[in-house]
Amino acid sequence: METKCAIELKGITKRFGKVVANKNVSLSLKNGEILSILGENGSGKTTLMNMLSGIYFPDEGEIIVNGQEACIRSPFDAFQLGIGMIHQHFKLVDVFTAEQNIIMGLPGKNRLDMKAISAEIQTLIEKYGFEMDTRKKIYEMSVSEKQTVEIMKVLYRGAKILILDEPTAVLTPQETEKLFSVLRRMKEDGKAIIIITHKLHEVLDISDRVAVLRKGEYIGCVDTKDADELSLTEMMVGKKVELDIERPKPKNVKTRIKVEHLTCTDQYGVKMLDDVSFDIKSGEILGIAGIAGSGQKELLEAIAGLHAAKDESRITYYTDEKEEVNLIEMNPLEMKKHQVSIAFVPEDRLGMGLVGNMDMIDNMMLRSYRNGKSFFADRKKPALLAEKVKDELEVVTPGIKTAVRKMSGGNVQKVLVGREIADNPQVLMTAYAVRGLDINTSYAIYHLLTRQKEQGAAVVYVGEDLDVLLSMCDRILVLCGGCISDILPGEEATKEQVGYLMTHKGGAGR
Amino acid sequence: MISFLMTVLQKVFSISFLCAAVVQGMPLLYGATGEILTEKSGNLNLGIPGIMYMGGIGGLTGAYLYENSGGSIHPGISVLISVVFALVFSIIGGLIYAVLTITFRANQNVTGLALTTFGIGLGNFLGGSISRLAGTASQITVYTTGKAFKTTIPVLSNLGGIGKLFFSYGFLTYLAIVIALICAYILKKTRVGINLSAVGENPAAADAAGISVTKYKYVATVLGAAISGLGGLYFVMEYLGGTWQNNGFGDRGWLAVALVIFALWRPARVIWGAVLFGGLYILYSYIPISGLIQELFKMLPYVVTIIVLIVSSVKKKKENQPPMGLGIPYFREDR
Repeated sequence: METKCAIELKGITKRFGKVVANKNVSLSLKNGEILSILGENGSGKTTLMNMLSGIYFPDEGEIIVNGQEACIRSPFDAFQLGIGMIHQHFKLVDVFTAEQNIIMGLPGKNRLDMKAISAEIQTLIEKYGFEMDTRKKIYEMSVSEKQTVEIMKVLYRGAKILILDEPTAVLTPQETEKLFSVLRRMKEDGKAIIIITHKLHEVLDISDRVAVLRKGEYIGCVDTKDADELSLTEMMVGKKVELDIERPKPKNVKTRIKVEHLTCTDQYGVKMLDDVSFDIKSGEILGIAGIAGSGQKELLEAIAGLHAAKDESRITYYTDEKEEVNLIEMNPLEMKKHQVSIAFVPEDRLGMGLVGNMDMIDNMMLRSYRNGKSFFADRKKPALLAEKVKDELEVVTPGIKTAVRKMSGGNVQKVLVGREIADNPQVLMTAYAVRGLDINTSYAIYHLLTRQKEQGAAVVYVGEDLDVLLSMCDRILVLCGGCISDILPGEEATKEQVGYLMTHKGGAGR
Repeated sequence: MISFLMTVLQKVFSISFLCAAVVQGMPLLYGATGEILTEKSGNLNLGIPGIMYMGGIGGLTGAYLYENSGGSIHPGISVLISVVFALVFSIIGGLIYAVLTITFRANQNVTGLALTTFGIGLGNFLGGSISRLAGTASQITVYTTGKAFKTTIPVLSNLGGIGKLFFSYGFLTYLAIVIALICAYILKKTRVGINLSAVGENPAAADAAGISVTKYKYVATVLGAAISGLGGLYFVMEYLGGTWQNNGFGDRGWLAVALVIFALWRPARVIWGAVLFGGLYILYSYIPISGLIQELFKMLPYVVTIIVLIVSSVKKKKENQPPMGLGIPYFREDR
């Protein structure tokens, strides 16, 4: 007899506005197996899993749990069905102890008997071989301890089906090994486990089967024993699609910014960039590829003067007069004073790029309010600029005096890009410039970037879509875990090559 | 100088001052307990001062209607009626706030301040203007009910100093302490308390753990409003003896909100904090200095609050900070 299915998904579709996050996805999970879900950024892995844990509700399709059709409307429903999800961003209360976090939200006698609860948790710890002090508060814990609390929370609720969303992204190799041994023990215990990841060697190490998603669609499922890194990469990135983006030959290429030994840490002291060195050249588009969180954000922010860098780092800017300006420890205002002309289109458009409650004119003024000598700010030029951006980039809005948060994502992006390219910057950096945009707007943005390149700007394009990177960029820098795997020429690079480099730190072994 | 200090100390450590401090502290105790319960769910209800006005005028209205209904007046029934009216009025206030901030996710500060303006206006309108417009007595007075509220514990209250200090108050005083203790117990020792704290600290985590964030926020906010409203009732009935005084409640509502910070969101600390604040609030009249300098003493409770705020901010002890989700509306698919 075949092992009973813990979960079956049939024809699941989920849309967010115009964007389809999951399209007709069907897959199954058996008891006592570990299934990996593999896919690039934005391939819809997390959205799919959120529908199992009750965060989102599918627009179409059915979910069958233990042979019965299930309707999961809230996390509570998910628990009732024995589904527990360990989120990438931990859902823990900082000022609570591990024990309190584990029992919160559970039914039971209202008066708490902490002794009995501690004993129950202790048996769990012994059964699966965790290492944990349950009296410790969450804010005193390391990332891996917090993850352990999340896993115990789910197990304590008697979950039979565990979903882990990129559990190893924040762990050291040793901690990952510990986690995997816990997962194997759970598997022996008959639990069904889904693990979302994009680290190929981990997929091959831990899972029994691999399901691959690409751009929201289910591509296929293979037994891990029949798979290797190459075949999985191919499934993940797919065949190359020729896109209609022109790539004129770079002209007057000269080094604009030299980045040397750039090292950055995040707020917790974890290295996000490790000894990164490369050049940004005028007249060409430098594409940056990498799994989300490989250091792209820190890289752009360090250059833009928004993220601190370690001492050994050097970022040198060459002005047209051949002057060298060291950008490290300079803020954007100082950069402007030194004739450094960098435009930055950040990932978080309404958080870092624009002010949602202000209209187009005021948002234009964010860049220009210091111009002129008068005490009063000049509103006329920004208004003209706003009109110009609206007309040239075909921004759909009731008027330039409408708050930008009322516009659609694509139009917000056009306003931001329009402002940033308005005074012909020498360097234009964009992060995920087309995320959430429809095809037409995306092409409009690609075209704009190419035009900037033709005008001699140095363009940096951080992107997710490998096809776009391969068709538009002159050079492609591949980041993996904060290191440069390689820098490839855009015309010759293949999709498999980039996909492989994205998942292999240092690009070793090939 | 020394003799001056001696007189001050003598006055401050006298039974009559301590009793007065307790009396002044009780409205603050109710208000702060209610506000803690509300804030624990992540709702910063700045409407509490207004809700306390509403509770006060509600209780007064109920008792007034009963006393003037023509029949014989039974003190027990009039107390019951005024308590019910006070609760209904303050619950309405709490519901207004809850619907606006939880269901419609309106800005909590704006909603709260508007509610305070509304509550004070409603109180003064019903308590002052209406009676004048009607041309009846210049004041609504319900002395019978007021007297019932002031009934002390018979034998114990006559036990000299101790009796006066501990047993010379009406039942609302003891109820306030009992409610605060119950809240402390619930927050510390029960599942409901843990769930409530989780909602206020990290609603997304609470939601993912299967706690109904909306339900907890509603119940805590409305219950908190009801408790606060009793503080207004106490003021009108036990302190004023069953009458209305326009703006008589003064800034006690804000003092209650400050007390929440002073008590670091712990109901048990609120009990002695309320007596301390009550004492500081009236200290000026026990200082033998006259004139404008007295006014300076009135800010003592706020100064103490600011000091506590500074100390707890500098120490950065996580447990002493406001709930992390305070003031932020929660929406599940928002990310």
